[in-house]
Amino acid sequence: MSSDIDILPSRTASIAEAGRAGGPMKCGKVSVAGSVSQRACVFCGSRVVLYPIADALHVVHGPIGCAAYTWDIRGAQSSGPQLFRNSFSTDLQELDVIYGGEKKLERALLELIAKHQPKAAFVYSTCIVGLIGDDVSAVCKRVAAATSIPVLSVASEGFKGTKKDGYRAACEALYKLIGTGDAAGISKHSINLMGDFNIAGESWVICEYFERMGVEVVATITGDGRVDAIRRCHGARLNLVQCSGSMTHLAKKMEAEHGIPLKRVSFFGIEDMAAALYETAKFFGSEELMERARAVVSEEVAKIFPQLRAWRADLEGKKAAIYVGGAFKAFSLVRALRTIGMTTAVVGTQTGDADDYNQLREMCDPGTIIVDDSNPLELAKFCLEQDIDLFIGGVKERPIAYKLGIGFCDHNHERKECLAGFVGMLNFAREVHATVMSPVWNYVPRRARRMPNAECRTANDRGEEAVA
Amino acid sequence: MLDGTTAEVVERKALRINAAKTCQPIGAMYAALGIHSCMPHSHGSQGCCSYHRSHLTRHFKEPVMATTSSFTEGASVFGGMANLTQSLKNIFSIYNPEVVAVHTTCLSEVIGDDIPTIVRKSKEEGSIPDGKVVIHANTPSFVGSHVYGFANMVSGMVNYLAEKTGTTLNQVNVIPGYVEPADMREIKRLAAAMGVNIVMFPDTSNVLDGPLTGQYKMYPEGGATVAQIKSSGDSIATLALGHFASHVPAATLESKCNVPAAFMELPIGVGPTDRFVDALRSYGGVEVPASVDLERGRLVDLMSDLSQYFHGKRVAVSGDPDQVIALTQLLLELEMKPVYCITGSPGNQFEKRMHELLDGPVPDAKIKQNADLFELHQWMKQAPVDLLITNTYGKYIARVENVPFVRFGFPILDRAAHRFFPTVGYAGAINLINQMLNAILDKKDRECAEEWFELVQ
Ligand code: SF4
Repeated sequence: MSSDIDILPSRTASIAEAGRAGGPMKCGKVSVAGSVSQRACVFCGSRVVLYPIADALHVVHGPIGCAAYTWDIRGAQSSGPQLFRNSFSTDLQELDVIYGGEKKLERALLELIAKHQPKAAFVYSTCIVGLIGDDVSAVCKRVAAATSIPVLSVASEGFKGTKKDGYRAACEALYKLIGTGDAAGISKHSINLMGDFNIAGESWVICEYFERMGVEVVATITGDGRVDAIRRCHGARLNLVQCSGSMTHLAKKMEAEHGIPLKRVSFFGIEDMAAALYETAKFFGSEELMERARAVVSEEVAKIFPQLRAWRADLEGKKAAIYVGGAFKAFSLVRALRTIGMTTAVVGTQTGDADDYNQLREMCDPGTIIVDDSNPLELAKFCLEQDIDLFIGGVKERPIAYKLGIGFCDHNHERKECLAGFVGMLNFAREVHATVMSPVWNYVPRRARRMPNAECRTANDRGEEAVA
Repeated sequence: MLDGTTAEVVERKALRINAAKTCQPIGAMYAALGIHSCMPHSHGSQGCCSYHRSHLTRHFKEPVMATTSSFTEGASVFGGMANLTQSLKNIFSIYNPEVVAVHTTCLSEVIGDDIPTIVRKSKEEGSIPDGKVVIHANTPSFVGSHVYGFANMVSGMVNYLAEKTGTTLNQVNVIPGYVEPADMREIKRLAAAMGVNIVMFPDTSNVLDGPLTGQYKMYPEGGATVAQIKSSGDSIATLALGHFASHVPAATLESKCNVPAAFMELPIGVGPTDRFVDALRSYGGVEVPASVDLERGRLVDLMSDLSQYFHGKRVAVSGDPDQVIALTQLLLELEMKPVYCITGSPGNQFEKRMHELLDGPVPDAKIKQNADLFELHQWMKQAPVDLLITNTYGKYIARVENVPFVRFGFPILDRAAHRFFPTVGYAGAINLINQMLNAILDKKDRECAEEWFELVQ
């Protein structure tokens, strides 16, 4: 099926096809002015990275909007304090814009710190803070001196780059904490988990695997994060960095300054999860760890395999479109989809770089559309042309997929299911199966024609039996 | 999580905790979506646009389209003219809308971009094709709230589009306020049932409650057309529903095209709906048909059946000012006691009108504009209530205080049916009463002692 949707001429260099020659991908730029970009801003990048630190205070300095839109919208879970789920803002008004908001900020911080006794405070600057002349760092310094807790300014003015720059600003703020705690008593087999945000309890799942292996997790940065753990995380021997975009900068800094090597890993999908455990064992050069890693993998895979096989029977040959934030997640998803028999026909990211796109070109089947910083029209066009069965994306893509009569799986921060680890693969497959095989598509004009109506759930039922 | 809230109220000067409002641009974006074939355009960094779209999507569970000027550091130094000019060119050439509705953000306001001049230049340079329209509204985020942004964009529609030809048309304008697509649909249904021709703008029904068709349409069927909004200058009158969202645009239309404005409240509850129906009757020159009387009769019947459950119940309400003012009237009609009523939006009319309504029946009621949910929660800790009515964000309070909870207003991020059930009109009151009763009785059924657990209520 083709569509009559055109592509903006200035966008063509940001679209490629696997298996076909082409120049380097144009990416990492701000969106074309006037496009329906799916992208967010610097502030958004900083806010999502830091917000799961549960015992810190997070204050948004600016007019109310930025604070309102980021109030507890992501399911980053905490096993303890819930302070971070409140929305604190200086709610700047017209007079503040004229005379500056420093005083207001200082007062807000002092009030909040006195009341909640947080371990640290993060202050996020939004678009206009610099323009109205506020010196947020100076305020932070004063408040830190008065309260004796670290008060960290996050330079996250929205327009100063892309979401990636926001990650960087967050890493800079975090880095100020690192090395300020006591690293005594940390095991020689110890890691930090970076770039997992404990959405739906994912960090807990991952930590449990490593603990079973005998590896100590010093800090999870930032899922279910704690200030004290971050302060002493320079005592860990290895940084495992998930999610290509957000934490690499911090890990590189720690490598340079503290001599802690980093490994990029992914916890999505059987292959990538297993690889992360094996890589870690290999890094520590311990056969014992390796054996335990193998044991974890085989136990976990055995638990999920029969059910996966049953679902795979239904999903074999179905086609998926992926549009996610970071490229590393896209890699994992392409592989995870293969595990359940599906192919990826469209894949795009918001923050991938040229290398990432080259890798995607290599790993995807020929004909796969690869796209940087896409917009809804493009995505709809590709979905129709490629006759997609499943869309994996975030909140803005979900209703578009449904309008097209395509199943949807949220792999962004609003996912409600743990999708990491081995159990995550099972959850992922369940979600994909449920949406792709949903009887609701029988009532959708475009797809009704090709649905084998009554048969669609039988393999699922077989699968449930196999597990029971 | 909100158990950090303490009953003792400390004066806060610098801090907003758990806001009951958001920024102007999102209201402008929502209003613009109520124009047919319109692309809302956010003149600022791409984050704003992305946030507004995501937030509206979470509330409506529908695709929400809008473009952004994608400000960079350069724009913050040299102004956003180049970005907007480029944007207009791109939008028309690729997305091909009939209208682009530009709103500002805090960044472009502080920079001081002069939108009309930029638009004029773009027109001269040929970036805006003939027959296409660009309108704009200034929506500084550090003034007012999302409701003001909505009102400003509706005023923008009037400023740019409404025309007076001199021939009065047999039609009545309705500015519906910042309400759900379901409410706009209900207003149209009521008017049609009464045989009154209305021009309603904005109109997001059939835009943000569209069917699944297997196709993606950038511009869904619904929305007020440019021709309709143009013709509003020739209408008999304008019914402006809600002081905060609709009165300024109606007054603008009155002074621009001499169309008399009837400044009304949102038709929530029997009294406010009666007044709306009566206004339709008198301006439309019709009789109220039996079918509408029947609807009203059914509502009043329901109220009499259930009065025992509502009588004397203490209620806490938070919402947009127009909504709270109207809802309070329904609560009073049910003999409930709205003891705490707040809105996050600033504006004196709220407190003034609420005192008029409540000083008699609930003299100790606490009423506050420019307030937040943290404060409302503190009041509830001092003296509890039997029912809480707010947008989604009240769920934290409802959980901590274990109080029956009805979601109402914008945004509702964790439920879906608000798309389909109006709260305006007689039908809307039935919907609200149903939700309130269920919330109150569900709690009783779950928690009461066995001997009080009753099959028949
Ligand atoms: S930067 Fe300003 S306009 Fe944009 S979301 Fe934040 S408060 Fe609203």
